[in-house]
Amino acid sequence: MQRIKQILGADLRQYTMVLALAALIIVFNIISDGRMLTSSNFQNLLSGNAYVLVLALGMLMVIVIGQIDLSVGSVAGFAGMVMAKAAHDLNMPWYVAVLVALVIGALAGAWNGFFLAKLGIPGFITTLGSMMMFRGAVIWISRSISVPAPDELRFFGAGYLPEWGPAFTGMNNSTLLLGLIGIIVFIVFEMKKYRQSASLSGDRAPLWTVIVRIAIISAVIGYFTWLFGSGRVGTSFPIPGVILLILVILYHIITQKTMFGRHVYAVGGNKSAAALSGVNVSKTYFLTMMNMSMLSAVAGILFVGRSTAAGPADGTSWEMDAIASVFIGGAAVSGGVGTILATMVGGMVMAVLNNGLMLMGVGADKTQVIKGLVLLLAVTFDVYNKRSGRGSAKSK
Amino acid sequence: MNENPLILEMRGITKEFPGVKALDDVTLTVARDSIHSICGENGAGKSTLMKVLSGVYPYGTYDGKILFDDKEAKFKNIKESEQAGIAIIHQELTMIPELSITENIFMGNEITRNGLIDWNEERKRTVDLLDKVGLSLNPDTLIKHLGVGQQQLVEIAKALSKNVKLLILDEPTSALNEDDSANLLNLMRGLKKNGITCIMISHKLNEIAAISDAVTVIRDGHTVDSYEVVAGAVDENKIIRSMVGRSIDNRYPEHESNPGEVIFEVSDWCVEDPEVEGRMVCKNSSFYVRAGEIVGFAGLMGAGRTELMRSIFGKNYGIYRGGKIRIKGKEVTLNSVEAAIKNGIAYVPEDRKNLGLNLLDTIRKTVVSADLKKITSRGLLDSDMELSEAEEYCKTLRVKCANVDVGVNTLSGGNQQKVVLSKWLFTEPDVLILDEPTRGIDVGAKYEIYKIIHELAAQGKAVIMVSSELPELLGVVDRIYTIFEGSITGELMASEADQESLMKRMTVTSG
Repeated sequence: MQRIKQILGADLRQYTMVLALAALIIVFNIISDGRMLTSSNFQNLLSGNAYVLVLALGMLMVIVIGQIDLSVGSVAGFAGMVMAKAAHDLNMPWYVAVLVALVIGALAGAWNGFFLAKLGIPGFITTLGSMMMFRGAVIWISRSISVPAPDELRFFGAGYLPEWGPAFTGMNNSTLLLGLIGIIVFIVFEMKKYRQSASLSGDRAPLWTVIVRIAIISAVIGYFTWLFGSGRVGTSFPIPGVILLILVILYHIITQKTMFGRHVYAVGGNKSAAALSGVNVSKTYFLTMMNMSMLSAVAGILFVGRSTAAGPADGTSWEMDAIASVFIGGAAVSGGVGTILATMVGGMVMAVLNNGLMLMGVGADKTQVIKGLVLLLAVTFDVYNKRSGRGSAKSK
Repeated sequence: MNENPLILEMRGITKEFPGVKALDDVTLTVARDSIHSICGENGAGKSTLMKVLSGVYPYGTYDGKILFDDKEAKFKNIKESEQAGIAIIHQELTMIPELSITENIFMGNEITRNGLIDWNEERKRTVDLLDKVGLSLNPDTLIKHLGVGQQQLVEIAKALSKNVKLLILDEPTSALNEDDSANLLNLMRGLKKNGITCIMISHKLNEIAAISDAVTVIRDGHTVDSYEVVAGAVDENKIIRSMVGRSIDNRYPEHESNPGEVIFEVSDWCVEDPEVEGRMVCKNSSFYVRAGEIVGFAGLMGAGRTELMRSIFGKNYGIYRGGKIRIKGKEVTLNSVEAAIKNGIAYVPEDRKNLGLNLLDTIRKTVVSADLKKITSRGLLDSDMELSEAEEYCKTLRVKCANVDVGVNTLSGGNQQKVVLSKWLFTEPDVLILDEPTRGIDVGAKYEIYKIIHELAAQGKAVIMVSSELPELLGVVDRIYTIFEGSITGELMASEADQESLMKRMTVTSG
């Protein structure tokens, strides 16, 4: 057990969740006679859940500052609908329509941010209002009718990476390249961390644990590279997955390596102390809310792209899935605690549960019950492990 | 019918907390129908004594004997002491702002009929009670619509509703303006006539002198003096002498200062209380600090020391009503904490856990948190730089920790304070404001903090140290300002000052 801990190195809490996710996948795979771990299933799982995970990225920051955003689903639906209307009714080029959707997101965020940061209205109330307003607005402008989306958007919602290069690899070479880059980047960071730990007074993890860790993670990345790359010809690691991956890296850096990210944790951890340290609390609130709504617009675009049309009910109760992902990922309700990577693990747990239960033929009703229980258990587990409940809020 | 002239006798009261003897053989005797004042420095044990009396510390957790109204009192909780006729009005008001006067007065003692609250009866009694304390208000008025002075009177009315015989007022006028204070003192005289004995804890010697029939002075958990006085003719100097009569042993490191130019100057600084309209917490405060000089601010709790410092630090507290700040001869306007930090001011708050630290953070994140720009390169935080800076400051300030990745919540008070100091030294300030820098840390750690303060002054920084411990100020700083009710009441060289001369200016006697 001690050895295992050494290999895992960092926080137990986070790895418990990763192990739980791995166990879920394996158990579902066995029960469903191997239908879980197939190329097409995982491609679908990723492109079908990318939008929720995108929302969870922003929601993590909102929850870390000690707030909540209930309006994300409505804003996503509204932005997606405006985009489809702009392209379909006003004949705007698809990229202009996308831009319009993003601007809508930014404006919605500024609205939420204004009430929260400048007027001091609690985020719960502010965004509850926005949730109703934007839901109403979607139905209003669409007259409850779905609007077809431009074909180009399908690429973002359900597209695949291009095919190229030699065929002897037996898989999609774009995916292969992505996987190799992933492995190399991971090795570089691990070695850098290992070298830095030498300068830390005291505890230095033995080299063998680093090597074992690299081996395990590389194997996992390698396996998924093969899984995503070896599907039906023309398929690969899906485009929504690529977009998600880029956003995850971006937001991991923002939260862990920038002043703004530090301010987010500082405000969530102790607002008064942050203010006395020169953090502009109101600006931090504003930008976090604005960022959330922009990500909502991105989620709306991805969803519309995948479903080829914008519907009046798009985005209904997405906020709940996003919030659940963040809390399963170990964030604290009181704020100040939680990480992007742990949130992604939390979101994947939800996605795999959905997918696995569907493969087993469990109905949506029972799936809902099980998801609720999982959320409750994960948070309960967290509360009783308070000491390790910090997630992995440590920087590299 | 009662022949015993004493309503209260507390004999040999000793109360120990782990490691500290808060009260040691304290005696307090209070005559019937009198106003008895208790004086003492912050932390002398006054509040502890009142908590023993009112049952906050139940019978059995202290030694000694309490005779109240000819019966031995063995209160297990506040409820029992209230039933016996003791009521305590705390420094911080304890009413619920969103409820009416009636609801607050009968909170916990509701008058019911058939299980439902009898509002008519409650209202009728409230009007009577308000009349007794000289208020003519609608009993349905919400507490939040009352001024602080009126709220205090309602608190007293609440006490009267419980047939109080002994009313304890803990610094009742500390939050009141002059009119309200005078009003309250008059009310106390009236209560005395109506057979209610009052115990008043106060720092304001002029008020004590005005109304007391007897004075007891407590110092370091002992009764040092207790005597009867004639209201209006009280020897205030005698009280001061007994309040501070303690010698300074060498708990303070040696140091020699050589102050340079004046680098920090505040003139006519005025700040209004954000909660009580019209109450000024800083009144035309002016002071200066030289480079390499340590300047102390002496004042009792609530005198406005923290308010002054926080409002200077980027107007972090109160409503700014005027005044100028000059740094190195140049006038600056500091409208945000960020601006204050940029102009070389650092403020170490008195409440370490709530204002100084994010207890979720590690040492390394805390040290750099007030100046992240310093470790930012090309928009990203440089974790190597962060690590080496954090380790360096921990070494310089001798923080005891396994490594800088441990959480600050695992550190002792003294080490936490060193981390907070590191955080502010990291901003490379010219002016360092330390608000009660040694509160709640042990003697050894205090000595280290003093040494660090001296080192900083030696580096040419202007250091401002706010403290309510006079020996500490006298032992550490070069020059002392005294502050009372928002005004700077005196300026003394530490070498020429003693506790008596300071205390005199901190309490403002009527003489």
